Amino acid sequence: MKMNNNTMPISKDNDGESIWKFLIREIKPKGKFLTPFNIISIPIILVGAVLIVIRFIYGIGAVTNLTQDVPWGLWIGFDVVTGVAFAGGAYVLTFMVYILNMHKYHSIVRITVLNGFLAYVFYAGALLLDLGRPWNVINPIIGNNFGTSSVLFLVAWHFLLYMIAQLIEFSPSIAEWLGAKRARKILAGMTIAAVIFGITLSTLHQSGLGALYLMAIDKIHPLWYSEFIPILFFVSSIFAGLSMVIFEGSISHKAFSHHISEKNHKAQNGIVLGLAKICAGAMFAYFFMQLLVFIHGKNWEYLNTSMGYWFLLEMLGFVLLPMMLFVYGYKKNSIFTVKLAAILTMLGIILNRLNVTVIGFRWDAIDRYVPSWMEIVVTLAVILTEIMIFRWVINRMPVLRDSPKWVSEEK
Amino acid sequence: MSLNRRDFLKTLGIVGVSLTVGDSFASTNKSNDDVEFYGILYDSTRCVGCQTCEIECAKANGLTEPEDAPQAGVIRNTDEKHRTVVNSYNTSKGEVFIKKQCMHCNEPACAAACLTQAMYKTKEGAVIWRGDKCMGCRYCMVSCPFDIPKFEYHSANPKIEKCTMCFDKIKTGGIPVCAENCPAEAIKFGSRRELLAEARKRIVENPDVYIDEIYGEHTAGGTGFLYLSSVSMNELGFNTNLQKESYPKLSKGFLYSVPSVFVLLPPLLLGIYEATKRNILNKNIENNENE
Ligand code: SF4
Ligand code: SF4
Repeated sequence: MKMNNNTMPISKDNDGESIWKFLIREIKPKGKFLTPFNIISIPIILVGAVLIVIRFIYGIGAVTNLTQDVPWGLWIGFDVVTGVAFAGGAYVLTFMVYILNMHKYHSIVRITVLNGFLAYVFYAGALLLDLGRPWNVINPIIGNNFGTSSVLFLVAWHFLLYMIAQLIEFSPSIAEWLGAKRARKILAGMTIAAVIFGITLSTLHQSGLGALYLMAIDKIHPLWYSEFIPILFFVSSIFAGLSMVIFEGSISHKAFSHHISEKNHKAQNGIVLGLAKICAGAMFAYFFMQLLVFIHGKNWEYLNTSMGYWFLLEMLGFVLLPMMLFVYGYKKNSIFTVKLAAILTMLGIILNRLNVTVIGFRWDAIDRYVPSWMEIVVTLAVILTEIMIFRWVINRMPVLRDSPKWVSEEK
Repeated sequence: MSLNRRDFLKTLGIVGVSLTVGDSFASTNKSNDDVEFYGILYDSTRCVGCQTCEIECAKANGLTEPEDAPQAGVIRNTDEKHRTVVNSYNTSKGEVFIKKQCMHCNEPACAAACLTQAMYKTKEGAVIWRGDKCMGCRYCMVSCPFDIPKFEYHSANPKIEKCTMCFDKIKTGGIPVCAENCPAEAIKFGSRRELLAEARKRIVENPDVYIDEIYGEHTAGGTGFLYLSSVSMNELGFNTNLQKESYPKLSKGFLYSVPSVFVLLPPLLLGIYEATKRNILNKNIENNENE
């Protein structure tokens, strides 16, 4: 295996340096501070922070437009429900790499797991913002009381456990960064168990997010409500997550290209095309299911309404079209087409999740919920902070970069 | 090594199962008839729209007394400051008053939704909210088919507000303030079974006055609050298309499937893992040869 040891001091062994000195050095930002990204994102994060303070002093109503009829808005519908769908790449990829042993995708596992882990941390964080009485958030964990008939109870527990599983999956990178050889060995030995546990949890809470809305049968537009929401959410999380992997990969390969070894750069196109094929397959299954649900629900009468057109746009423009683009891209080896398809797919997922949770929820209410600019800024602030942490980690730990030499030497 | 792993997974599976199937299904599983719940029978043909219930409810619970009176064409709604409202509707049988508050469902969606059992169906039949448990997630509001729980959006320490059937009073043998003070005797408190019998009796004795339906007898799996009226309840702002099954049933299928996934999926994944590992060993050798 070729090693790519350019400029990164950390891929050398850390033995001999005090861990504290090392950590302090590492915590400082690296590189230029006034990058375009920072110039745009730092003000947004600061405004977001102020809004969060206001929210905790004056209540949720001070920054959100939520109503008594629509108690869950953008923070749940987008940050949590959509965000978790996008984070689904981690369980799909660990399934492919560790369970199916599709070695081809190994080089992108770490970054995907990192992405997934941070997504969960931040979206669970966003969930805290939305809780009216967040100091009671530990009640369902400590047993005051266990609301075991609640889908949300299941989802909350699964979030927590899955975060731990993902941390274990990712932990060898941290150990490599710290130069902790023994710990790395132990942690790496736990990977398979964490992966299996993680996939099981993901299957359940990806669908669980849909199951949350099962009792809202009278509130969600019939085109988006069906008893099959959980399955639809699960299947769509597969291509949502993989599209995110494709999208994030194409950005990472530009932004962090100096971390990536020649070999992995070359392998990237093959990976993207492989993912495109899987996406197309999952989308075909999904589209077919949506069709069956539609026919089963006898929803013809709604088609010729404005919500019906909206539904058709989602299904044809953001499921069927990107699916065909994936197929085309795969057949013609066109990376550009695949990326385009990935972006369309992601838009489609945003559309779908918002249609279930916000747009189609109480579509008949007299005063409709439209998110306030403050909700949007807080959402952006959460996403941007996540990207910053993501960047911080990638610049330090062997995520995109190959592992330090001692890892392969030990094998 | 692989044995240990299997044991580990088994333990995980068991943890998962015990996390997901609990005892509380039992409480929502009983059929409606074998439990003696308290309930309230409200007879809209007797109601005169005097708002005594609204005023007494506000006083008893430290909430805001009503500022406006029922008026046909204006829909007043319960909110975080008003647990009950009386509205007026122009119907096919003239002006009709109708009271609105929590229905105290037999199998409440709000309680099934609540992940801390802060929303709780007491054995007396009242559905109450317990602030020391609630984390303010508002899932109860998403799930309640009657849109009853209301949230204090403008408070740093927000509460969920809804009618509690004056649970503190009925626990000690009292009756809810609305039933106690209604001058028209439109609100009657009692056991649900008695109230249903009483309601049927009134319908049989005055077939011209009432429609032959008790709203709440079957609605949403049956509710503790029962309505008699002279016109169909959908003329009075109530949804008569709500399903007859209880709402928690809607997510039960999903919740029941969770343990099986936890038991079946991990061994399956482990099996695939073991099978492909052998494959990959061979492939790796090939790959290395190619490079
Ligand atoms: S009406 Fe709503 S709040 Fe009242 S018990 Fe039923 S589900 Fe709960
Ligand atoms: S807001 Fe409170 S009462 Fe309602 S579901 Fe959440 S924790 Fe339970």
